[in-house]
Amino acid sequence: MDVISQLQRQFIDYTSSLYREGYVDDQFSQLQKLQDESNPDFVVEVVSLFFDDCQKLVQNMAQALEQQNVDFRQVDSHVHQLKGSSSSVGASRVKNACIAFRTFCEAQNREGCLRCLQQVNQEYSVLKNKLQQLFRLEQQIIAAGGSIPMVE
Amino acid sequence: MEFEEDSTASKRMKIAENEDPITNKVQFSALIVDDDPLIRKIHSEVLKSLGFQTQVAKSGKEAVDLYRAGANFDIVFMDMQMPVMNGIEATKELRGMGVSTKIVGVSSECSESEIEAFILAGLDLYYAKPLTDANKIIPLIEDLKNKSVPNEGPKKTM
Repeated sequence: MDVISQLQRQFIDYTSSLYREGYVDDQFSQLQKLQDESNPDFVVEVVSLFFDDCQKLVQNMAQALEQQNVDFRQVDSHVHQLKGSSSSVGASRVKNACIAFRTFCEAQNREGCLRCLQQVNQEYSVLKNKLQQLFRLEQQIIAAGGSIPMVE
Repeated sequence: MEFEEDSTASKRMKIAENEDPITNKVQFSALIVDDDPLIRKIHSEVLKSLGFQTQVAKSGKEAVDLYRAGANFDIVFMDMQMPVMNGIEATKELRGMGVSTKIVGVSSECSESEIEAFILAGLDLYYAKPLTDANKIIPLIEDLKNKSVPNEGPKKTM
């Protein structure tokens, strides 16, 4: 197998694993379909915006949970926002972590919230690494002169 | 009332004002109102891919200000939860100004009562976020195309 085919195979396998393991869902593939010659960096840009969002919101949640008297509605509104963002980009594990988080906000359970915050933090860090790996593979394929295969 | 024969040729002439002279594709304009830059980016791209010219507003107030300054759009996608002026207030404001543009409410996870309040504010339609499903948007485009043909209403059958 030549270099390009090998890289393409790797890309397909890696992408498939991301879906299989629930890191991303169909929403992510919708985003990939929107990328074309007129906006070749669309997915990378959207994903960057998403991770900026994550960082900011996680910080806000942490700050809110540090308060003497925690304003759970405030925490919940940050989680709600993150849930919306993660849902839009197809970051399904992050989204699920947010769903669980909200129940603890509703129950006004600080310990539970802190655990969820850790979970959310973890999920988004892992996803960030995975997607960076995916983008690196894409760049390698392009550098080798190949095209990025569509993964159904 | 006269009903002209609905040939494709006459339809094409009637929608000329929205037509792109180069591609002959009907181009509609959409205003995307959302405080989240991620959503603005995703929705803009989706709509562009379906042939829309898009503009964004970061809050209900920005949307209202655009209209006050004389801007007009074929369709507005209005988020509900925004700071400064939310979607419900903005929709009410626009309708109060006499704006008849099609307004589609878009939001994530609102309660039944919130959705109802949003619709009552003057929405034509409500969709849950995210709006990446072309199947939801294509009927809207068809609707806009039909609107731009002056002869609306059911055809008389002889």
